[in-house]
Amino acid sequence: MHNFTITELIDGLKKRVFSSEEITQHFLARIKNLDSEFNSVITLTEDQALESAKLADQLLAEGSASELCGVPVLHKDIFCTQGVRTSCGSKMLDNFVPPYDATVIENFRNNGAVMLGKTNMDEFAMGSSNETSFYGPVKNPWSTDSVPGGSSGGSAAAIAARLAPGATATDTGGSIRQPAALCGITGLKPTYGRVSRWGMIAFASSLDQGGPMARTAEDCALLLNCMASYDDKDSTCIDRPVPNYSVNLGDSLKGLRIGIPKEYFSEGLNAGTEQAVRDSLAEYEKLGAELVDISLPNTGLSVPAYYVIAPAEASANLSRFDGVRYGHRCEDPKDLEDLYRRTRAEGFGDEVQRRILIGTYCLSAGYYDAYYGKAQQVRQLIRQDFTQAFEKVDLIMGPTCPSPAFKFGAKGNDPVAMYLEDIYTISTNLAGLPGMSLPCGMVDNKPVGLQIIGNYFDEARMLNAAHQFQQVTDWHQLAPAGIES
Amino acid sequence: MSIEKQTIENLATLARLAVDDERVEEISQRLGSVLELVDQLQAADTSGLSGLDHPLNETQRLREDKINKPNMREAFQAIAPDTEDDLYLVPKVID
Repeated sequence: MHNFTITELIDGLKKRVFSSEEITQHFLARIKNLDSEFNSVITLTEDQALESAKLADQLLAEGSASELCGVPVLHKDIFCTQGVRTSCGSKMLDNFVPPYDATVIENFRNNGAVMLGKTNMDEFAMGSSNETSFYGPVKNPWSTDSVPGGSSGGSAAAIAARLAPGATATDTGGSIRQPAALCGITGLKPTYGRVSRWGMIAFASSLDQGGPMARTAEDCALLLNCMASYDDKDSTCIDRPVPNYSVNLGDSLKGLRIGIPKEYFSEGLNAGTEQAVRDSLAEYEKLGAELVDISLPNTGLSVPAYYVIAPAEASANLSRFDGVRYGHRCEDPKDLEDLYRRTRAEGFGDEVQRRILIGTYCLSAGYYDAYYGKAQQVRQLIRQDFTQAFEKVDLIMGPTCPSPAFKFGAKGNDPVAMYLEDIYTISTNLAGLPGMSLPCGMVDNKPVGLQIIGNYFDEARMLNAAHQFQQVTDWHQLAPAGIES
Repeated sequence: MSIEKQTIENLATLARLAVDDERVEEISQRLGSVLELVDQLQAADTSGLSGLDHPLNETQRLREDKINKPNMREAFQAIAPDTEDDLYLVPKVID
């Protein structure tokens, strides 16, 4: 039952082959029995899940069910859930039970989806390996001595281990696409402003974007149909109709122009990863697409620009965690200053503190123009690269990350090596463009991700291209050893 | 590149973080390597370019100045570390 896609589960629910309660029980049992090995779920919401499943079954029986009615999903622990602890992977919020739902969570509830629980993640979404979580690292189901990627590593690992058919995630510099690639699943970061950020704990507000993860592009389309909405409560959300992302999945790719940026195939790319990506591009040619060589000359500047902008915005966003209104508070503060400083030193992990300090440095008097101002200008250069490319091509494709999943601790002592893990994903966040990753091969028994970058609001075309690829390949159907049955 | 102890202490004060002496060396080195990375930006020619504040060049949307959310004070204060008479309590600030 856990090998069914969301599309197949919906079909089975509608035909009454099984009930939502049955599949919810099944996935809850899998999480309870198997997740001790992967650590992908922080909080299991068993009682709530069974209650929503029963309600979903009633709606299904009445014939008044919405698209995702009765489908069990996991939510990244960055989305506020009313009455359910929302930790953001941090000690700071270990005791935080939000009094309201994020808009994304509300959309899922209104759609009848069943929340199984909340997934593990890098603390405050700062990381590419899931090693910074207060709740311990998530293990990659393909190779438990390797990282699942991050920051949405819990969501990605849970889907790969068939603990849930789909999950929510967020992406600030690659946090949906990189773990999706490393865990062999499909994930999509939408255009900035497509999915509401209200109730999604902020890391870098001008880059953060929520999106879906599932095993297939077809399932991601279903989840995005539910997640994307205009929201008055998020002033950066774009007021634009949400298309049905499922309707064009079957379109032919004949004549589709795919840009191949030479900068994404240069030094630092693992040979096996490159081969898998090149083979996939050949597959696209067979499907009728045309490959066009392009250049994104400012790609190299994206990592330095990101590591100014993201920490700067994080240092401002995380100033709200002060031990006064919610979250962790230190014992016996001797004065207000001591309350702030000890609460924050105890509540935040090392990487978060490091980024706060870098951000504070970049924003401090005398440095603002040289760092934040300059980085914002470099963002224009990066956007111009894409604008020029999209005059010649419909989509851009390349690797999602430079190599398959690395071992725990491999990049622990060198923050810059870890940051370079996101070299191919960061520029789309800086430009606000949508990007996705889908499985396209295996190297050393570990999955490789193909990245698709689209023009603004062109998610339907990306999903169409990914779906067509998944009709002629079976990389997305592979399961880690021991997980199949 | 490493950063002076004084600078780290100043940043820690601005960021309201308690930093123990034994952590200063490690933080200094790690911040130094990140700042080396971001210094690559200085070589980029950005003359005549404005900063990109919103990826789609959207301007901040304004709403009508009227109450549009329910009052959730009780719910918010229920999760606070310490409150009294609808107020959040902190250590005494004024003698």
